[in-house]
Amino acid sequence: MPEASYPDDLLYHDQHDWARLEGDEHAVFGITWYAQDSLGEVVFYDPPEPGAAIDKDASYAEVESVKAVSDVIAPLSGEIVEVNEALADAPEKINEDPYGEGWLVKVKLSAPGETDALLGAEEYRKLLDA
Amino acid sequence: MALTETPMQRERATTIYERSKPGRRAAVLPPAEVPEPPLEELIPAKLLRSEPPALPEVAEPEIVRHYNRLSRRNFDLDSGFYPLGSCTMKHNPRLNERVAALPGHARLHPAQDPGRAQGALELMWLLQESLAEICGLPHVSLQPSAGSHGELAGLLLTRAFHADRGETRTKVLAPDTSHGTNPASVTMAGYEIVKVATDERGGVEMDDLRAKVDDEVACLMLTNPNTLGLFDENIAEIAALIHEAGGTLYYDGANLNAVMGKSRPGDMGFDIVHVNLHKSFSQPHGGGGPGAGPIAVSERIEPFLPRPQVVRRESGNGSGPSFDLDLDRPKSIGRLRGFQGNFGVFVRSYAYILSLGADGLAEASETAVLNANYLKARLAEGRAGERVPVAFDRHCMHEFVLSGKPMKKQLGVATLDLAKRLLDFGFHPPTVYFPLLVDEALMVEPTETETKESLDAFADAVEQILAEAESDPEKAKQAPYTTPVRRLDEVKATRKPVVRQPLG
Amino acid sequence: MSRYTSATVADREQMLAAIGVDSVEDLFEQIPEPLRLGRPLALPDGMSEAEVYERLAELAGRNADAEEQVCFLGAGMYDHYVPAIVDAITQRSEFLTPYTPYQPEISQGGLQAMFEFQTAMSELTALPVSNAGLYEGPSSVASAAYLALATGKGRRRFVVSRGVHPHSRETLATYSVGYGAEIEEVGIEGGLTDAGALAEAVDGETAAVFLQSPNFLGAVEDVEALGAAGKEHGALLVVAVDPMTLGVLRPPGEQGADIALGEGQPLGNRLDFGGPSFGFFCGTETLMRKMPGRIAGETDDADGRRGFVLALQTREQHIRREKATHNICTAQALNALAATIHLAWLGRDGFRELGELLLRRGAYARERLAAVPGVELLHEAPIARELALSLDAPVGPVLERCADRGIAAGYPLGREYPEYEDGLLVAITERRTRSQIDDFAEALGAAVAAERQGVAA
Repeated sequence: MPEASYPDDLLYHDQHDWARLEGDEHAVFGITWYAQDSLGEVVFYDPPEPGAAIDKDASYAEVESVKAVSDVIAPLSGEIVEVNEALADAPEKINEDPYGEGWLVKVKLSAPGETDALLGAEEYRKLLDA
Repeated sequence: MALTETPMQRERATTIYERSKPGRRAAVLPPAEVPEPPLEELIPAKLLRSEPPALPEVAEPEIVRHYNRLSRRNFDLDSGFYPLGSCTMKHNPRLNERVAALPGHARLHPAQDPGRAQGALELMWLLQESLAEICGLPHVSLQPSAGSHGELAGLLLTRAFHADRGETRTKVLAPDTSHGTNPASVTMAGYEIVKVATDERGGVEMDDLRAKVDDEVACLMLTNPNTLGLFDENIAEIAALIHEAGGTLYYDGANLNAVMGKSRPGDMGFDIVHVNLHKSFSQPHGGGGPGAGPIAVSERIEPFLPRPQVVRRESGNGSGPSFDLDLDRPKSIGRLRGFQGNFGVFVRSYAYILSLGADGLAEASETAVLNANYLKARLAEGRAGERVPVAFDRHCMHEFVLSGKPMKKQLGVATLDLAKRLLDFGFHPPTVYFPLLVDEALMVEPTETETKESLDAFADAVEQILAEAESDPEKAKQAPYTTPVRRLDEVKATRKPVVRQPLG
Repeated sequence: MSRYTSATVADREQMLAAIGVDSVEDLFEQIPEPLRLGRPLALPDGMSEAEVYERLAELAGRNADAEEQVCFLGAGMYDHYVPAIVDAITQRSEFLTPYTPYQPEISQGGLQAMFEFQTAMSELTALPVSNAGLYEGPSSVASAAYLALATGKGRRRFVVSRGVHPHSRETLATYSVGYGAEIEEVGIEGGLTDAGALAEAVDGETAAVFLQSPNFLGAVEDVEALGAAGKEHGALLVVAVDPMTLGVLRPPGEQGADIALGEGQPLGNRLDFGGPSFGFFCGTETLMRKMPGRIAGETDDADGRRGFVLALQTREQHIRREKATHNICTAQALNALAATIHLAWLGRDGFRELGELLLRRGAYARERLAAVPGVELLHEAPIARELALSLDAPVGPVLERCADRGIAAGYPLGREYPEYEDGLLVAITERRTRSQIDDFAEALGAAVAAERQGVAA
C-alpha cells in the first residue's frame, strides 16, 4: 500500500497496532501502515497458537523483514480464536493490505472496557506527526 | 539491465555441482592392500548406505579453475582497504601461515601424549603469558573458539563465581551500543539482559547505571573504548559500582587494538576479558573464521576456568620446566569444546606477538589511533563533514562513527547507498547501521596497517560520491554497477529460502 | 617503526597537523592518567621474521607429530591425507583475508562456497538443511541442545548416550548450566547404547535424545531403532556422525534424525593439535528458522543474475540480539571451504571408495590386533574405522613403549571411561598402510608382553 492510510473505523495503539471491533466480544488485530512501512518488506510472520491468552500492551507475535524483527503488541486483552493462515505463504499481504488481507489475529476479548485507552484515527495521525 | 556488463557479471554463477559430469574424478586412492570382503560381511546391510551422496564428479584441473574463478568474485583485505568498525581488518602476515604449516604444529594430533607435545604446550603457555601481560590479568584460557564463545565462557564463569558464594543472580547489564553477540550470549548463559543508556559524551550514562545496579546484577559487559570508538573515562567509577554490588565486570576485547601497551583492561578493573585473535592479533578472517577468543581473568575468577588448562611445572630435578594439560580443576566450569582450542590460530598469533614485541604492539595501537583520527579529520572536511558528520565530536580512539542522517534528509541517499557506491570505487565499506544508537550509522576502523595514501583515497572517494549524489542521487541508490553481481534480492532469499543445490 | 605499519615521520607530521594535535600521545589523553600503562609491556621487543621463524620451528621440533610417529590416534580427529589443492586454494588472498560476507555484492566467492558446502553436508547427512558451519564437533552438540530447548515447548531434559564423545558430553554439561537443563546419561552394553535403558530414560520432559554413530568406542549404532523411543515422546533426535564414513554408512537423515552434526576435521582439515576445524550442523526443514550459524541462500540481483546472500539473518545475533537462535558470529568459514574442496576432489565415487577402504582396513586391523597375545577386543559390535581394544597390561606404559618405537598407538579410554581401565581406541585412515598395521600389531604385542613380564622400558 503506497500511500499512508489510517481508516476511521479502527482503534489504534501507540505501538502502531490497530483493532477492529466485531460485535461486543470480538476484535481483529493488525499493524498499521506506519509499522509496515518502517519494517520494510515483510518476509515472515510467526503467529501465536489459537487458544493462547494475550494481554493488552504485551507482545503476542513477531513480524520479520530481511533486516529487522518487530514485536506485535496487543491493543486489547483476550484469547486468540483465529490466526491468519494465508500469511504463511504470503506475508507480503501485511505490506500490501495491512488493514484487510494483512490482518493478524482474531480475538475474543476478555476486558472490552480496555478500548477506552485506545486512540481514534485522528489522534493516531497526530501521534505520528509529532 | 546495464547496457555494458563487466566480464565477471556476464559469467553466470555456476556451482561445482553444475560442472559435474558422470565419470570424471580427481582422487586416486591408494590400493587397499588388505582383503576386500563385501561390506555386508562387515556391517549389517540395514546400517549401510544404498545410494552414495551426490558429490560432484570433476577432474582436478576443473576444481582448481572453479575455485580460483570463484575466489575472484570476492573483495579481500590483501587487495584493498577494509575499514569495518570493530573488526580490526589489519594485515595478515604470511610468515604466520608459514610457521602454522610446520608439520610439528600442523600434523600434531590433539590427543598426543603431552610429554611428546611440549613444543605445542609451551607455545600455548607463552601465548597465555603474553595475553596476560597485554590484558593486565594473570590467568588465561585459550579454549574459546571465537569472541562470542569467550563471552559465553565469561558469563558461565560469572555464574560459577556467584554460585560458589551461594548467590543466584539473574541479570546482566550491557550498554545499548553493545555488539549483538553480548545480549545473545547473555540469554544462552541463562541471564536476562538489561540495557544501560549512553550519555551525550558517548559513554555509559552513570545515573542510569546507578539506578540499574543491584544485587540481582551478576555482571556488566562493556567494551572500552566502546563501539563509538570512545574511551569511557568513568570506567574506574563503573568498576567500583559493579564490584561494590558484588557483580563481575566483563570486557569485550573487540576494541583492544586501541590500547595495546597503552592501557590494560585488568587495570581498568575488569575481571574477565576476551581477546579476538582474529582482530588485534592478525589471524586472517577467512571469510567468516576461524578465529579464537581466549579469556584472561582475575585471581578470584581463576578457579572456575575451563578444563583443561595449560600449566607450567618446574621440574624438581634441575631439568627445565615442563608443560601439561591440567584436568584437576574441581571448581572448573568444565569444557567448552573438544580438545584444547584452535591451536593453529595460537601459532599465528604467537608469531605475530613475537614479531611486534612490546614496542611494536604499543606502536600498532598508537598508529591505529592516529590513522583513525586522521581519517576522521579528513572526513570532517568538505561535503563529508556536512552530509555524514561524526556522531560524537571529540578525538576518537581506533574507530569512529559517522551519521548519514543529514545525507538521507538532504539528498535522499541513505548510508546503505553510500556503502554500495563505495564498492564501485574499489573499497570495502565501513560497518553500516551499527551501533543502533546512531541514526544511519557508519562505523569506520582503518587499523594501523593502512598507509596515509590509502586513507586519503578513501576520503576522496567519499567526497566524490557525495558530490555525485548532489546532482544525481539515483547513481548511489542503484549502486553498485561494477561488482560481480549488483544489489541482491534479499527478500526473495528469505521468503523462500534456497539453501542448497537440488541434486539427483 | 613496527612491522606492517608505514607512517613515516613526515606522514605523522602531516596527519597530526590535520588532526590538530602536537603528538600521538595527545590522542590518548581521553584515557585517565592513572589508567595509562606508563611503561613498556613486559614482553620481549619485536624480532625479525627470520628469528621468529627459528623460534617457531624450534617449538615445532619438540612435538611428536604424525610425520615422526605413525598415528593411530583418533577420537574425532584423524590423520587423513588432504590433497595439495586444498592448501593452494584456501591460501588464496581472496578466500583467506576477507571478513564475513556482509556486503554480498563483493562476497560472491565466499557466499557461493558456503552454498556449495551446505549442499555437500546436506547430501552426506541426507537432511535437507545445512548451516555454513560451527566451531567444531562437541560445541555443535551443545548448540543442538539450545535449539531443542527453543522448540521443546518448555521441556528441559536431555538424554545422552555414553557412546557420545566425552568432550561432547562434557561440553553439553557445561552449557546446560546456563540453559538450566538436566542431563541423563544412558550406558553402553557390548559397545552399543543400551536400548532398554534409553527407552526407559526418555519421557514427556525430554527435549532431545543424543546419539553418536560410530560411537566413541567405534561401534556403528542402529540409530533408527534407538531413535524410536524418543520420537514416540516427541523428543528431537540428534545424531553425531563421523563425516568420512557417510559414503558407506546409512546416513542419519534416513534413520529418523532431526539433527545430524559432528566434527568436520577429517574433511579437508589438518590435525593442528585440535583446531581450527569446523562443526557441521544439518536439520529438517521445520527446524530451519531456528538453526544456529550462518546460512547462505540463493537469489537474483537487480538485473536477474544468479547470486547468493546470507539468508534468514533474523535468526542471528546481529539482528535478533538477546532472542537470537545462537550467539555465534565468527565461525570457521575457511575450514568449511577446505572440506568442500576435499569433497569435490574425492567426488561421488572417490568418497564412497574411501569409505570402503576405511572399513576394510579397519576390519583388517581389528583382526590382526585381536590376534595379538594380551590384546582383546573390548566389544564385537560392527565398526567402521575405529576399534576399541582391551589390554592385559597398563595402557600408559604400553603407549610409552610404542611411542619409543615411533608409533602413537591410540587413545587411552580409562580416563573418561573408568569402566574400561585398560581400554585403547585405535583409529584407521587411508594413510595407515597394511605394513604399518602389521608393524603396529607386532609392536603392541611386544609392548604388552614386556609390561606383563616387568621388563624395564
